[in-house]
Amino acid sequence: MSLPPWLKTTALTLGSIAVTMLGLLFITFIIGRVMPIDPVLAIVGERAAQSTYDAVYLELGLDKPLIVQFGYYIWDVIRLDFGTSLLNARPVSEDIARVFPATLELATLGITIGIVLGVPLGVLAAVRKGSWIDQIARVVALVGYSMPIFWLGLMGLLIFYGILGWVGGPGRVGIFYVDVVPSVTGLILVDAILDRNWDVFKDAFSHIILPAALLGYYSLAYISRMTRSFMLEQLSAEYVTTARVKGMSEWDVIWKHAFKNIRVQLITVIALSYANLLEGSVLTEIIFSWPGIGSYITTALLSADMNAVLGGTVVVGLIFILLNIFSDLLYKVFDPRAR
Amino acid sequence: MNAINRLLTSAAVGFALSVSTVTAFAETPANMLVIAHRIDDVTTIDPAESFEFAGSDISRNVYSRLVNLDPMDLGAGYKPDLAESWEVSEDGKTITFTMRDGVTFHSGNPVTAEDAAFSLQRAVILNKTPAFILTQFGFTPENATETIKADGNKLMITTDKKYATSFVLNCLTATIGAVVDKATVMANEVDGDMGNTWLKTNSAGSGPYKLDSWKPNESVTLSSNPDYYGGAPAMERVIVRHVLESASQRLLLERGDIDIARNLNPEDIAGASGADGVTIADELKGRLMYLALNQKHPELSKPEVRQAFKYLIDYEGMRDSFLKGQYTIHQNFLPATYLGASDENPFSYNIEKAKELLAAAGIENLEVEIGVREAQERIEIGQSFQNAAAQAGIKVNITVGTAKQILARYRARELDVYLGAWGPDYPDPQTNAGTFAYNPDNSDAANATGLLAWRNSWDTGGLTEKVDAAVTEGDRDARVQMYLDIQAEFRETSPFVVMFQQIEQSALRDNVTNWSTGQAVTSAAYWQVTK
Repeated sequence: MSLPPWLKTTALTLGSIAVTMLGLLFITFIIGRVMPIDPVLAIVGERAAQSTYDAVYLELGLDKPLIVQFGYYIWDVIRLDFGTSLLNARPVSEDIARVFPATLELATLGITIGIVLGVPLGVLAAVRKGSWIDQIARVVALVGYSMPIFWLGLMGLLIFYGILGWVGGPGRVGIFYVDVVPSVTGLILVDAILDRNWDVFKDAFSHIILPAALLGYYSLAYISRMTRSFMLEQLSAEYVTTARVKGMSEWDVIWKHAFKNIRVQLITVIALSYANLLEGSVLTEIIFSWPGIGSYITTALLSADMNAVLGGTVVVGLIFILLNIFSDLLYKVFDPRAR
Repeated sequence: MNAINRLLTSAAVGFALSVSTVTAFAETPANMLVIAHRIDDVTTIDPAESFEFAGSDISRNVYSRLVNLDPMDLGAGYKPDLAESWEVSEDGKTITFTMRDGVTFHSGNPVTAEDAAFSLQRAVILNKTPAFILTQFGFTPENATETIKADGNKLMITTDKKYATSFVLNCLTATIGAVVDKATVMANEVDGDMGNTWLKTNSAGSGPYKLDSWKPNESVTLSSNPDYYGGAPAMERVIVRHVLESASQRLLLERGDIDIARNLNPEDIAGASGADGVTIADELKGRLMYLALNQKHPELSKPEVRQAFKYLIDYEGMRDSFLKGQYTIHQNFLPATYLGASDENPFSYNIEKAKELLAAAGIENLEVEIGVREAQERIEIGQSFQNAAAQAGIKVNITVGTAKQILARYRARELDVYLGAWGPDYPDPQTNAGTFAYNPDNSDAANATGLLAWRNSWDTGGLTEKVDAAVTEGDRDARVQMYLDIQAEFRETSPFVVMFQQIEQSALRDNVTNWSTGQAVTSAAYWQVTK
């Protein structure tokens, strides 16, 4: 008996997710174990007595073979238990629930800025190829690619926060607004709207806009160049010439014909950019004291807090997989051939 | 981003900051203290377990102890806190504390001798990292309830032998001496953990501040305890925000969004010192930077060679260049501000003198390996020493590695020379004397990895006995003299080249007064701060 196509597709998708996650966990687990950092020393410090060291060593299960340790870990993950952070003794899932919304909020605003500005800029650069608009788009993208984000972030802070005072400083909100609105979603802008607290909303927006603009700029650089390249390919196609010969308006030629055909490729580019932002931009998070998942995983990695690292890795891996699935679904919406 | 890029970026931003004017738009409220600090080292706030700097800051403000150090007069040493007074038995082994009446925990429960006994017993029984501060007096998990006892409003602690009272009381001012609320802690006990899991992230103290929240790598929020027996602090709320980047801390300070920036790099300190409304406060901390020569090495064990190395350090050159403002010259194992500290610094950079000493020892073509952990300032010190040694005919090969790699070899007595840092564990001279100058069994089998003298295979030649004598000396002045004598001998004979002592520079808004990071002996205190 053959399976119905939808069931087969779902089974294949789930199987591929499981294999990918298993591989991801295995690699991260092994890297964590071969790193030149002793997780026991990270917890007890170098001054601890040998008996203290030994007790923690056993507590962490490090006396067991690697494969057994990995097996225990997989079993816990299946039950959605990432364990407790070795260093701060909190459940890793709680920590991730605290830091991931901060990254989600920042990345979503960042990618929105990147799309809203990057796509039209790329289209315009393709349509006016070689013109001053194209040159400006090229310079904007080049600067975006080549400027260290650390430097650009600090300069942005200095100018817009330090000198002009237009935006809020490092952190998600000012000191007066910490914990003022109840955390429902963990996204402060959304929580402020739900609480109808516009003062908090304004303050949170003034804090997020600069790092989001920075991330948006980097996405814009990539998205605009890719859009330009896709559009140039379409604009040189015969069907575009035919449309023009038929007397169709330039607007319709560009947006209804050429642009319509690059949507699938663009979705891939945007999904990848978004996934990169959702991983957490460590340097941006450091400069803006943004408690996101990027700096969480990095700090955990440097401190040999493997439960936290593996928990963070699972989340980031899931994001990539979910965005891939979402992209696949959108392909089917925009391109009948993919159905 | 690598260290050089990071440095260049900092320099660029520092330059940009210096040529631009950051306007102070905001000011924190008069009853609130906002501090930018790196708090990513806080792993637990249970005082029986906490052993990191930022964690100790929390404990110091949330918990009272039997005896404590006054942040406005640290030089005076311990003073009564929850213990109003104490008496020492004739044999010098039992100290009886009389508890202060009328003090309550944040929970409203009264502070009793039973709570104090429980707190010390608990720290010994849990046997976490800082437990050695108490167990060195002979307390063990097995005898804790016998040697630490409460009776009415009296607490009796009995040590295994007679120790200097100042030694015991100094140790009780450490974080592990914090008195916790037994009823609250035990109400949160899980699987016989004496409330350890709960207390890692919660508090049960009676100090001037209550812990409102600790969000790892994000913030610590404290509110004043209106019922604090010493009077409610002026700062009703203290917020410590985790700000990793020095330039970000400086911007926040100059804009007036914070009151204190605790982690500015030398460039930002120099820049901020010229900013309107900002002052810089220097305090000596306990960290020492030193070189140690392995005495298993046939050449390094010669007295003249040990001396020669002490003349191969460009103390002033380093202090005035890449260590500027961050370290001061210090050549003794007790940090300045410690009981018994010496300010004698007899060695100076003198290549000719070093050559003479090496010649007298018959040294030619000496080649040694120096192990350095991958920290910028240590690598630079290593390079400076390498250059100086080359002029004296010694080839120095620098091995840079992670803490795990280098420390493992140092602890295994495998390195020729180790360049490292050491910070005291508790505010008594024994903390450093007992590791730099103490080594009762120099054999490999002793495996006394906790003792720096052992790690360098150094038979201290009589200093071990002198250190033993100093911890039992009851007279404070006599004890001070003993440590001065020990250090004088140590400077001349030891294989340790102690070079620098750390300075912590805080940048403050100029309306902040009475700020104290605790110098070398303790942690930061907030309750005496006013604005």
